[in-house]
Amino acid sequence: MSWLQLDKLELTEGDIRIIDAITLKVGAGRTVILGPNGAGKSTLLRLMHGLLRPSAGKVLWPQALTQGMVFQRPVMLRTTVLANVAYGLTLQGIGTEERRQRALSALARVGLADFAARPARRLSGGEQQRVALARVWALEPQVLFLDEPTASLDPASSREVERIIREIAGTGTRIVMTTHNLGQARRIAEEVIYLEAGRMLEQSPATTFFKQPQTAAARCFLQEEIP
Amino acid sequence: MHEMTTSLALAGELLARGDSQLLAIVLLSLRVSLSATLLACLIGLPLGALLAVGRFPGRRTLIVLTNGLMGLPPVVVGLLVYLLLSRAGPFGQFGLLFTPAAMVIAQTILIVPIVAALARQVIEDAWREYREQLRSLGASRIRSARTLLWDGRFSLTTAGLAGFGRAVAEVGAVMIVGGNIDGVTRVMTTTIALETSKGDLPLALALGLILISVVLLINIAAFLLRQWAERRWG
Amino acid sequence: MNLFRQSLAALCSASVLFASGVQAQERFITVASTTSTEQSGLFGQLLPVFEKESGIKVRVVALGTGQALDLARRGDADVVFVHDKVAEEKFVAEGYGVKRQEVMYNDFVLVGPKNDPAKATGKDILEGLRRVETSKAAFVSRGDKSGTHAAELRYWKAAGVDLETKKGSWYKDTGSGMGPALNTAASMNAYLLADRGTWLAFKNRGDLGIIVEGDNKLFNQYGVILVNPAKHAHVKKADSQKFIDWVVSVPGQQAIANYKIGGEQLFFPNATN
Repeated sequence: MSWLQLDKLELTEGDIRIIDAITLKVGAGRTVILGPNGAGKSTLLRLMHGLLRPSAGKVLWPQALTQGMVFQRPVMLRTTVLANVAYGLTLQGIGTEERRQRALSALARVGLADFAARPARRLSGGEQQRVALARVWALEPQVLFLDEPTASLDPASSREVERIIREIAGTGTRIVMTTHNLGQARRIAEEVIYLEAGRMLEQSPATTFFKQPQTAAARCFLQEEIP
Repeated sequence: MHEMTTSLALAGELLARGDSQLLAIVLLSLRVSLSATLLACLIGLPLGALLAVGRFPGRRTLIVLTNGLMGLPPVVVGLLVYLLLSRAGPFGQFGLLFTPAAMVIAQTILIVPIVAALARQVIEDAWREYREQLRSLGASRIRSARTLLWDGRFSLTTAGLAGFGRAVAEVGAVMIVGGNIDGVTRVMTTTIALETSKGDLPLALALGLILISVVLLINIAAFLLRQWAERRWG
Repeated sequence: MNLFRQSLAALCSASVLFASGVQAQERFITVASTTSTEQSGLFGQLLPVFEKESGIKVRVVALGTGQALDLARRGDADVVFVHDKVAEEKFVAEGYGVKRQEVMYNDFVLVGPKNDPAKATGKDILEGLRRVETSKAAFVSRGDKSGTHAAELRYWKAAGVDLETKKGSWYKDTGSGMGPALNTAASMNAYLLADRGTWLAFKNRGDLGIIVEGDNKLFNQYGVILVNPAKHAHVKKADSQKFIDWVVSVPGQQAIANYKIGGEQLFFPNATN
């Protein structure tokens, strides 16, 4: 049952085809997008989430689903951790008390309940990313997009963030993630979409992709990438 | 040089005495220019924010205009406001000419472009950093402007300060719309102009030194505020 | 975000408080007068006497005579107190003023470099000016439609000097008030027509001194006029008339006569009741 469909999706900037006629259906609970640098992974994610408008083609949602996104560099407002986590809820007009409760419980789930009153920007990169996850999690989105969420983090923080992502997926939130970390991809993905130069070359279940990639390009990629 | 030392001594003496006339003049300068700064911030900060995050026809033109109007000559603003507030003008019936209120109005008009242009710059930089995340969380452009205004509150004090600095130091506008009336609309800058006219240069210079000190003090306070804010909020 | 709304509210109330606080609620009239009267310090001494007696504050806006009359024509003043008889009579004739009354006089003096390169020293203003022009010595003019400027132009004409043709780099038309013009003259060691009041009060004389004085022609008459309420209904007629009546009456005239700098009287009351 696919919940997101891309139909001949294209994004052109000047002469450059950043995304070149991609048609695919996303049905898995945990989808990971892989590809070399410049393949268009981040762009594709943004097109799916609606942050970018395609030059041609369509992004189709058979059932309207609530979405959230976490970026490679966490964006923290100049206020407390709790206020940051509550920000999305404030936008939705949720009342003060309910907002506080939901934000605190989201913070607890990412293990930062004690940090509630701290200035968010004074936290480490890993801690900030966890706050970003708490913030989006508090909104309980049905789909969560993640753009290289651990690329800027040290290994320990990376693992912690990954654990949180898997927990979020475990609650039933659909995940679409890009990453350079093959080990991470192996641990998380149910399905892999492989991009190269703006084109989708392969879409397969994770087990298949990592053991026996269908395309030569994917095979090459897997061999060269640092696991 | 001799005038400088005489002036320094005179300035010190005036301050030590707590000369009541001087105090009244300094207080009026501060009240007029601070009021103008507050009003200009109320108008200019949202304007700057909307220019930074908005998308509407004429936006580019408005940005160029705001930047250009930063250089409004105070005397021209004074003349324009005078014509508006004169009894022969459209708003004469309010009897605002030659009152501190007229001075506040003139200075507000003078510094709104500065506050707006600087705010736009600050917010635009922040927008670049926050834009995708705010959109992803569901913030509209207007809501984003509000969020960024609050988020940038410490940098925006710079915009407010720049406006205040321009206001408290100008003489062209307040001279024309205030009339430099003794005890009513006489501020530091117009007093300096008057004392210079009377040939009392040491006194004029002494007042000038006091004016500079006031401005310096306010700037130091704001600098310390930004330092503290940077350390606390990041 | 609650904090944001609170700050916004605080900002708004603060502005309103500030702005309204600066508006004084008092009984006052607006008098348009000249920079020479203001800068001589006369008003500083004269007005407190009237204010104490009447409870009416007098707010003086000091400009050149021409500017003061223009201001009054627009209705931005209640009374004019200037020194250019011709312009004043025109003002009344045009219907902008009710009646012109003479208040006091002082005199003009020709000031210039003490070493007097033009050899203009004496008691004859016209001869003095002729010599300044002949020697092309530096001369500073107010050039601002003031009473002093109007007088200066009349003297040149009476001296037979056609400024239009004779004007050269020696004649500096500054377009400024009495004080600034004196500053300019002092810094370039030039000749200048000044009123005695401002000259006596002026502190930055440089090498300047009085070159010509005592000529009857240098007599400078001040007049006071109520701005016509028929043209400008908002003019504070009753309080303004009180001021005018006081200034031409014995106490006012006495106060004028009492004003001295260094023991020297600046203005000579000559109102005729």
